[in-house]
Amino acid sequence: MTGQQMQFGIFSVGDVTEDPTTGRTPTDAQRLQDILTIAQHAEEVGLDVFALGEHHNPPFVPSSPTTVLGYIAGRTERILLSTATTLITTNDPVKIAEDYATLQHVAGGRVDLVLGRGNTGPVYPWFGQDIRQGIPLAVEHYALLHRLWRQEVVDWEGRFRTPLQGFTTTPRPLDGVPPFVWHGSIRSPEIAEQAAYYGDGFFANNIFWPAEHYQRLIGYYRQRFEHYGHGTPAQATVGLGGQAFVRPRSQDAVDEFRPYFDHAPVYGHGPSLEEFTAQTPLTVGSPQQVVDRYAGMRDLFGDYQRQLFLVDHAGLPLKTVLEQLDLLGGEIVPVLRRELAVGRPAEVPDAPTHAARVAALAAQQESEAATV
Amino acid sequence: MTNDGRMTANRRIAVLSAGLGTPSSTRLLADRLAAATVAALADRGIAAEVEHVEVREHAQAVVSATLTRFPGPDLERAIASITGADALIAVTPTFNASYSGLFKSFVDLLEPGSLDDVPVLIGATGGSERHSLVLDHALRPLFAYLHAVVLPTGVYAASGDWGSGDAAGAGALPGRIDRAGRELAALLAGRQARPVLEDALAVDADFEDLLRSLD
Repeated sequence: MTGQQMQFGIFSVGDVTEDPTTGRTPTDAQRLQDILTIAQHAEEVGLDVFALGEHHNPPFVPSSPTTVLGYIAGRTERILLSTATTLITTNDPVKIAEDYATLQHVAGGRVDLVLGRGNTGPVYPWFGQDIRQGIPLAVEHYALLHRLWRQEVVDWEGRFRTPLQGFTTTPRPLDGVPPFVWHGSIRSPEIAEQAAYYGDGFFANNIFWPAEHYQRLIGYYRQRFEHYGHGTPAQATVGLGGQAFVRPRSQDAVDEFRPYFDHAPVYGHGPSLEEFTAQTPLTVGSPQQVVDRYAGMRDLFGDYQRQLFLVDHAGLPLKTVLEQLDLLGGEIVPVLRRELAVGRPAEVPDAPTHAARVAALAAQQESEAATV
Repeated sequence: MTNDGRMTANRRIAVLSAGLGTPSSTRLLADRLAAATVAALADRGIAAEVEHVEVREHAQAVVSATLTRFPGPDLERAIASITGADALIAVTPTFNASYSGLFKSFVDLLEPGSLDDVPVLIGATGGSERHSLVLDHALRPLFAYLHAVVLPTGVYAASGDWGSGDAAGAGALPGRIDRAGRELAALLAGRQARPVLEDALAVDADFEDLLRSLD
């Protein structure tokens, strides 16, 4: 998996939603099995990434992402497993360090994670936190997580968690290289600042707002990435979400998706499908239309490293989702790969993989040894 | 005023009106309040430009934005014209003893802080004089919450007010409108024109400072 310019994949929120065309709502058990099937099919159709959300309230099922991702790791060979997002505010950073280092070993390094704050108000008090402290929590928790993965023995004291003396997380990260981290945010420049400070990736979910909104946030992240001395703005690592519903004939896609759109938990009963597709990156139509829309993303955001699509939400039945994956893997992603490779400047880094990061660490240690 | 007598110091006044009919008495009151303010500013040698936002024209977009959390392009421009103005004149019809739901839904889309320290002239219309306290029990607390500077005089116009002239005395509608306009002009004259809103994406502190603030 080295030398991959861009990674394409899917991310799932894991919502349990009634199919508005049949009135059928899957059970939690069915939905979880469907997610497992979807992730395995994503690999079969040649996608590079499967990412899963984390939620602690119905109607969402994935409260324990590493359990689900661990199973998928055992059933797949190549696909990289990620999150969308891991709650850095309400999870104990010690547990994140342990869970995802474990997953790294189970999955042979095919793991990274997207950290987010979470915007479901009651989850904070349910986990003993205060939503008004969202940013300080994200800052302190990540600072600790970053150290736990890099420093063998940690002495630590902070505002939000019980102190640690002589603490070592176990298992240690695979090959001494922690999972790559993306910081996700919809509107907080502090999180873009955090991603830039550490030289980590920045992920914009790019679903609910106009692309121009994320454009400013990503521009800011790239600028600050340079400020903190990690490289040029073009060398920062950027991931984008997106949303598509595809059928070979454009009108079929619109007709089939409309009832799901009109009843979707987030935007349903609000804007029309036409308004929402005009104003946000949601694209409903033929494979060529999706290619055109997403090939244009780099004009807004610069050449980037990862593109994830949301395809399994709003009550869409499993059969339909698998067909979406066939079209994505068969007709859309191969074309996007080709088109986005054209004119990609040499300085733009490839998408992060464990193998590449292990190689980079070895090279760094070699050059350090040579200068001693 | 400059030496050659030209007006200086252009002020931007946004007018938000939430009438439902076309024409509406709410818009009529909003226009009169804007005209009175512009005239009172002119007396002080200050030019002003007025930008109207008619909530009805954004009705669908306001509901969509409430659900999706982002405004469509036209609504975004309307919101920007209000949050970027030097003063706001806000006028709503009175429905069931308060501002209209659509008016409130629009105001709900304004970001926290976007009306901080902004002079606001409040106005309301209604079928009878008996609702006139809507200004003080609904509109005034709303804009006080938003940290706006609400003028002492608000103007309520009942249907009957449109049929009474200056002969009705100092308490008649034209007199109340002029007085409100003069108050807003006096407040604006004592203030600098508002600077263009700074980029909301700029972080105040370096990340090291953010980290240290937790120690």
